Amino acid sequence: MKTENQKAWFFVLPVLLLVAFNALIPMMTVVNYSVQETFGDNVFFWQGLDWFEQILRSDRFHAALGRQFLFTFLILIIEVPLGIAIALSMPRKGFWVPVCLVLMALPMLIPWNVVGAMWNIFTLPDIGLLGYFLNHTLGINYDMTQDPIAAWVTIITMDVWHWTSLVVLLSYAGLVSIPDAYYQAAKIDGASNWSVFRYIQLPKMKTVLTIAILLRFMDSFNIYTEPFVLTGGGPGNSTTLLSIDLVKIALGQFDLGPAAAMSLIYFAITLLVSWLFYTLMTKDDQN
Amino acid sequence: MQKRSIVPIVYILFLMLPIYWLVAMSFKTTNEILSGFSLFPQTFTLENYQVIFTDPTWYWGYINSILYVSVNTVISVAVALPAAYAFSRYRFLGDKQLFFWLLTNRMAPAAVFALPFFQLYSAVGLFDTHLAVALAHCLFNIPLAVWILEGFMGGVPKELDETAYVDGYSFPRFFVSIFLPAIKAGVGVAAFFCFMFSWVELLLAKTLTAVAAKPIAATMTKTASSAGYELGLLAAAGTLTIIPGAIVIYFVRNYIAKGFAMGRV
Repeated sequence: MKTENQKAWFFVLPVLLLVAFNALIPMMTVVNYSVQETFGDNVFFWQGLDWFEQILRSDRFHAALGRQFLFTFLILIIEVPLGIAIALSMPRKGFWVPVCLVLMALPMLIPWNVVGAMWNIFTLPDIGLLGYFLNHTLGINYDMTQDPIAAWVTIITMDVWHWTSLVVLLSYAGLVSIPDAYYQAAKIDGASNWSVFRYIQLPKMKTVLTIAILLRFMDSFNIYTEPFVLTGGGPGNSTTLLSIDLVKIALGQFDLGPAAAMSLIYFAITLLVSWLFYTLMTKDDQN
Repeated sequence: MQKRSIVPIVYILFLMLPIYWLVAMSFKTTNEILSGFSLFPQTFTLENYQVIFTDPTWYWGYINSILYVSVNTVISVAVALPAAYAFSRYRFLGDKQLFFWLLTNRMAPAAVFALPFFQLYSAVGLFDTHLAVALAHCLFNIPLAVWILEGFMGGVPKELDETAYVDGYSFPRFFVSIFLPAIKAGVGVAAFFCFMFSWVELLLAKTLTAVAAKPIAATMTKTASSAGYELGLLAAAGTLTIIPGAIVIYFVRNYIAKGFAMGRV
């Protein structure tokens, strides 16, 4: 198997230095702020763990965290099954495969603020295609600047539009790696479509689905630009997710201490949930 | 078969609708946009594009973005290659912990780092340079590149390395002339994902630049607030940001799905 060789460290050194420069120094800055109070002029006072306590007890943080979990939960239960279903119905070979892949990958390559702006003009009640259709053709009263439910439906739809293709591409990669012989054997045994899916396709997609779910969890939990451009966190605070709230505190109010403490709690939650997902999804492999 | 292809067709239509609306709007005058709903541009105009291609603050936004994205892609892939080789071929002290630590950086919310990044890059005198953004994006692109490349390298049998050494190849010569060609699909995929995540990221890019290296995305947000509500112009600028991505996807279309499928988890 792999040979033991400590000189391999020289190969990873450039990566280590670059990532450490970007990760450790800013992280130390954040830790530094999180235990101090400042009134400007670069004068700092030791604050201990007060900020952490204050953030963990604040209703504002609980509300933002709740909205964040709701958002991530909703997009995962929509995007993952939808992505698998689309991957299953895609052609396996031929001219249409690259066409489908290119068109489906397109939303992922649009800068995030353009995605937000694009959905903004798409949903404007009187001049946006979707907004006009809902309001004037279907007669539904839809205005996401007034109605929190409409704002939520819009940011969820936008995320489904933006990222379902990631799940499709990954599931599809798992599907095309299944040899034809598996399907022929299943046909001989008279297996139903459901059992082909359950016992052949799903197990083969497991690795890529783990990656897809992990990536979608991390990215949706850290989402900032798209909902910020689309709704600005409103109406009221109804779509203020964790990152939006954090930037409001850090750059809007310039409360560096509480913002830093909140950053660390936020990062710890992301790490913990990613680790839980990872452990749960790979548990069977170890046995 | 025919019935099944309904699903991808409907999905692709859903994906294309907002993009169509953006493109259609970019060919309308701002007056037409604000005066009411029209499915197709009534007064077809190229004026919005003309503004972008003649005004330096606009077109320099694109040049800046492409510059730092390219620099980032080159740095990320170049340093990730030897590291991925080490992870795929050797066992060394702390290798698993290091690999996991690299991946955790992919989980850090950019909002957490915005302010410290500003201070760090100001302190080292790189604020408002292309290099600053390129280096900052390494935070999430290097771990991803290492992850993807390690997967592809794992698929190359170790016998290839050993045969080359027996034949008298030095390590650098083996790596460049034998190993790299064997994983060129992996390099393509890694470069694609680095390009993609650097191109779409805005928060850090905006925080680290002011004038000289300002990305196109930041130019757009500035215009949205200062010049009133020039929707046609914004739509044209947005449409142009889709093009580089579309070109890059076209080149790697056969590999994108494979990229992650081969990575280990």
